[in-house]
Amino acid sequence: MRLDRFWMEYRDNRIAVVALVVALLMMAAALAAPWISPQDPYDLASLRLMDARKPPGHVNAEGTTYLLGTDAQGRDVLSAILHGLRLSIQISLIAGAIAFSLGATLGATAAFAGGRFESVIMRIVDLQLSFPAILLALVISAALGQGRWQMIAALVAAQYAYFARTTHGAAAAERSKDYVEAALSTPLPAWRVVMRHILPNCLPPLIVVGTVQVANAISLEATLSFLGLGLPVTEPSLGMLIANGFQYLLSGRYWISIYPGIALILLIVSINLVGDQVRDQFNPRLRR
Amino acid sequence: MLGLLISRLIQACLVMLVISVLVFVGVYAVGNPIDVLIGPDVTQEIRQQTIERYGLNQPLWLQYLAFLQRLLVGDLGTSFVFNMPVLSLILSRVPATLEIALLAVLGATLIGVPIGMLAGWRPHHPLSRLAMGVSVLGFSVPTFWIGLVLILVFAVWLGWLPAGGRGPTLAWFGIEWSVLTLEGWKHLLLPAVNLALFKMALMMRLARASTRELMLSDTVRLARATGQSEATILRRHVLRLISIPIVTVFGLELGATLAFAVVTETIFSWPGAGKLIIDSIQALDRPVMVGYLMLVALLFTTINLVADLLYALLDPRLRSRRT
Repeated sequence: MRLDRFWMEYRDNRIAVVALVVALLMMAAALAAPWISPQDPYDLASLRLMDARKPPGHVNAEGTTYLLGTDAQGRDVLSAILHGLRLSIQISLIAGAIAFSLGATLGATAAFAGGRFESVIMRIVDLQLSFPAILLALVISAALGQGRWQMIAALVAAQYAYFARTTHGAAAAERSKDYVEAALSTPLPAWRVVMRHILPNCLPPLIVVGTVQVANAISLEATLSFLGLGLPVTEPSLGMLIANGFQYLLSGRYWISIYPGIALILLIVSINLVGDQVRDQFNPRLRR
Repeated sequence: MLGLLISRLIQACLVMLVISVLVFVGVYAVGNPIDVLIGPDVTQEIRQQTIERYGLNQPLWLQYLAFLQRLLVGDLGTSFVFNMPVLSLILSRVPATLEIALLAVLGATLIGVPIGMLAGWRPHHPLSRLAMGVSVLGFSVPTFWIGLVLILVFAVWLGWLPAGGRGPTLAWFGIEWSVLTLEGWKHLLLPAVNLALFKMALMMRLARASTRELMLSDTVRLARATGQSEATILRRHVLRLISIPIVTVFGLELGATLAFAVVTETIFSWPGAGKLIIDSIQALDRPVMVGYLMLVALLFTTINLVADLLYALLDPRLRSRRT
């Protein structure tokens, strides 16, 4: 019922609806990438240098059409984008989920425990938030080296603090309410009260932070990969594809960089627009 | 107040100590720098000499203690690649970064805040919605991609502006500046715009959100009741009330811009501190990496300390509470 009313209100913002559809479509395309992409971009045997750096719409000797052109190795840009999208979304979702769980647990525990534990944990979180996330991720991925899990670790380290701060704020407000006191007076263990009663009531702000942070993770991953500090060359995410095309951009071969970039932006912007609308709907101060 | 000052100072020192350990251990786990310093075909003897010269044969904790000792006297070591003291190497790059950072944050504030206020004043006007749409773009689109598009459009297609580099500079008080020559401005413009777009979106959204909430407040209702024009209300009341968070963000963003400059400087080959750190990471030039990170940590710890103390000075409720 509440979800129904939420959707009714969401539907009023047509831009947000379009954004939601675009985001879902792109995720579906990423999920289906191995089956719908015209070419397997990882299969080096199917690449031919004859077809390298051809503009969008190029038709090769065998009659294959490259809708978005080919890159320096003769790889179909469209297929590379679909696979890159898959990789980028995969990594950001995993990193987001870990950061969410870690941050929410830490924030809720701190708010519940109070005292010295709370002040030390929150001081660390605040301190971390005052440093730019990109710098932190840069340092960690430089220290850990290249690789999928190293990248996820860097993203989690850069992002868990946002979840911890948000949960702490919401949980501290819930902590003093009567229903929590009531739940605590029952013989239920304290962790159960935190998990079953306090956390669910902190969800609205966490969902907003979650959407924004997944978009941020995608952007951060792309930036690090672009700088050559992210994923190895064998796993081309969107950022890597854009970096590979950078040198050809200056000679006017824009499609190698620009199309992966457009895919990246469509994804990030649509997720952010959805997050914006959800935040406005959750904000009680705008309801007067 | 004095107690707060002392406790915050001790806290800041502790933070710096912890960061120094983290940075040192983190950076020294990257790989073997000896392989970068010398080629694989040199004799064992030269290899041994190099290891001893840089102290790389000592246990890690001894290397750290020596590092800490040198840190306290401001000696950040010598760059493997440039063969010059790290501190003066980084400081020689800072003016270039500061130049684009200041220009970007100033421009972003002066353009972003008025637009954001207007958008918050009439949130449902089509132009306000357009401004917010643009701000979502500026907020979401990764800086490096905007840089690429700027290069493609203004340098490759139109050929109006150079694609990278700093161009000629003029010395003023012993420091090289780009803002003093027309050619310098041409080189400065694209990186500064690139860096500013994100800040501008941030300023717009901040100004819009605060204005929108204030427009519903009793302050504005009462001001309207006294018959003041909307323009006067925006300028005299709303701008004053939202200027506190905006000034705070301005200060914090100036610090953060130094970090974001890493990306912009790499794309535009701008010879600032950010380009230096990326080059150093790729060359495994550890003294420069450690030195840069320690300086950035010092910068942010100082900003936080000053902000904390300023808040305490302005808000008497915070003075008695100690955390």
